[in-house]
Amino acid sequence: MSVAASKAPEPPVVSKKRRGFELPSWAEKIVIPLVVAIIAISLPLLTDNQSFVQQCAVAVAYVVMALGLNIVVGFAGLLDLGYVAFFAIGAYCTGWFASGYWAYVNGGKGIHIAVGGFIADREGIHFNFLIVLVIAVLFTAIAGMIIGLPTLRLRGDYIAIVTLAFGEIIGRLAVNLDSVNIGKTAITAGRQGISPVDRIDLPFLEPFTGLNLKPWYWFSLVLLGLVLFVNFRLRDSRMGRAWIALREDEIAAVAMGVPAVKTKLLAYASGASFGGISGAYLGSLLNTVNADQFQFSFSILVLAMIILGGLGSIWGVVVGALTLSILNNYLIPDVINELPSKVGLEFDMTQITFAIYGFLLLMMMILRPQGLIPERRHKMELAEHAETSDETLYTARA
Amino acid sequence: MEAASIPAGPPASQRIRALLGTYGLTVVLLLMPVLFAIDDIKNDGNLVGLGENLVAGLSNGAIWALVAIGYTLVYGIVELINFAHGEVFMIGSFISASLIGTLGLTIKSAAVPVFFGLLVALVVAMLGSGTLNVLIEKVAYRPLRSAPKLAPLITAVGMSFILQNVGLLWKGGNQQSVPDLVDAQHTLFTIFGVTIENADVLSIVVTIPLLLVMTNFISRSRLGKAMRATAQDPEAARLMGINVDTTISLTFLLGGMLAGAAGLIYAMYQTTVWYFQGFTGGLIAFTAAVMGGIGNLRGAVLGGVIIGFIQQMSDNRIGSEWTPAIVFAYLVLIMVFKPSGLLGEQTRDAG
Repeated sequence: MSVAASKAPEPPVVSKKRRGFELPSWAEKIVIPLVVAIIAISLPLLTDNQSFVQQCAVAVAYVVMALGLNIVVGFAGLLDLGYVAFFAIGAYCTGWFASGYWAYVNGGKGIHIAVGGFIADREGIHFNFLIVLVIAVLFTAIAGMIIGLPTLRLRGDYIAIVTLAFGEIIGRLAVNLDSVNIGKTAITAGRQGISPVDRIDLPFLEPFTGLNLKPWYWFSLVLLGLVLFVNFRLRDSRMGRAWIALREDEIAAVAMGVPAVKTKLLAYASGASFGGISGAYLGSLLNTVNADQFQFSFSILVLAMIILGGLGSIWGVVVGALTLSILNNYLIPDVINELPSKVGLEFDMTQITFAIYGFLLLMMMILRPQGLIPERRHKMELAEHAETSDETLYTARA
Repeated sequence: MEAASIPAGPPASQRIRALLGTYGLTVVLLLMPVLFAIDDIKNDGNLVGLGENLVAGLSNGAIWALVAIGYTLVYGIVELINFAHGEVFMIGSFISASLIGTLGLTIKSAAVPVFFGLLVALVVAMLGSGTLNVLIEKVAYRPLRSAPKLAPLITAVGMSFILQNVGLLWKGGNQQSVPDLVDAQHTLFTIFGVTIENADVLSIVVTIPLLLVMTNFISRSRLGKAMRATAQDPEAARLMGINVDTTISLTFLLGGMLAGAAGLIYAMYQTTVWYFQGFTGGLIAFTAAVMGGIGNLRGAVLGGVIIGFIQQMSDNRIGSEWTPAIVFAYLVLIMVFKPSGLLGEQTRDAG
């Protein structure tokens, strides 16, 4: 006689009451993305201002990067402070495999794969950008796993430090390998930068040019769409659930049969490869790969994006990354910078850009740790935490 | 018969892993000095070059030891990497540099005013950095004590950025020179051909009394006992009537004061200060704390000295542009071989 089997416990009644601003699920799933997509696609049609279009393209590339970091930090809960490493590796893939940098390769004739136009008889290594993207994904995924390996045994803050150390090592290599040559060419061009870099040249389309940046922007949207799709599928997959399980409670997850090593390494690899995609794209868009781009502050910028948006929440990360890109590329240099002169002060606001990010991180964590658009699970967790907080270890005495 | 042929004990892979865990880190650490010693003997026939590296490394390491203690104390008590600690060290440097300017001390000043001026600068820098560290704890960490562990770490990064910018606004983006009051490069005496400079003596003379006072304070005094109790079990400490909040503030104060002292020595030693010194310096000191076994005071000192050696050797023989990469590579290697550090058994015991 199994009483339990015949009388399954009633599922708990889910409260239908919605708190605050929340739309019905069909609107959230279809209408909002559609509207956002239409606005995003038609944005450059409104203006001929090329620098605006470039800023938009950069912002979208930052979103791609933030989505990658979100996999590592938001889904898997592994705080990565060296994300700039993947930006660097991705960008160097473009610099190495799609530019005239290796001028002496193949006896000065160059290596060309699937490129047309005037580039086809230039010296250096010239691969089609799609091939470069694949290479960048491969390289960064491998780098992500290598960076992940030593952190497997470690806990939260140690992971942060090790990834930070790796990011710094890669940054240092980018600067210092200027003095180490392969053949006649230095491995990286250091602070001087690898420039110019090949423009993107897609099959069936006109080659992109530096004069009209709209195709660049649309291409970045394509990349973003792809990355978003992969992100959603990953989140809802077996692997995504394993990441979240590891984040919530590693011991319990491992006891339930989640392979910790494989799961963590895959988180690092997939997060890193998004950074590589974005890095390769930015290398081509900005037309230079320069060691000065790869500084610790960039890792913090991307981290601030996902924290502002909401750790683990895909739409939140998109919003956070766009907000900070606008803040970084438009508001601080153009709008806020004017303020001190209006009240008669001589002060360059761009100097304190990173203090603004720091302040933002601080305030977000204290006032709204779940971010602008919180992930559902995180929201539940934080609400639960508030109720039991007086049982935690370090409750302050009044 | 067959049973006898099977070797007793764990399988080979596990034994290798155990061996690596025990000796891996030591081997990695000895690699550089041994290589350079062989190099020296081959080229010069003596070990003077290595000896000079070691002396400079010792005095340099003393600075990192002071900063590393701040990391280790704070980690021992709240299990948080105080990311802003490097910036506290930088602010300590700035305070002392500014104070030296305000007091009007220059290279030409006589020995007595220089001595008292430096003493005043030391006290002010220690108090300033200590207070700053306490404020950081109040603003950035205390509101988040019951939050998930990621949260205070992120505010720590935020705080570090804010302070870095404070430094940038205070002294500008370039390295600022500090009057070379102690005549840092002047050779005081030589032992076996190894020159000892004023700066080496200064850093040892300031560091050792501070370390003695600190260890005595933590192991003997009532407040030190409270600190150790809180580090072991905050909940139980609270039940025993220890004011956990005050104790945590005190820990941050002590750590900040040592960082301030390190800041002064750094300013005198390098004769330049820079807003970015806190970031690299902080990471180097953190590596030192981890190498010694975080949470362990003696470990932090040992780690600081070792990192000082590594840094000097790499500065001197490989090139200073590679030094950060090498120190960070060591950090990663420690994490691979022995995350608990050299004296790691005593973790969670801040005494």
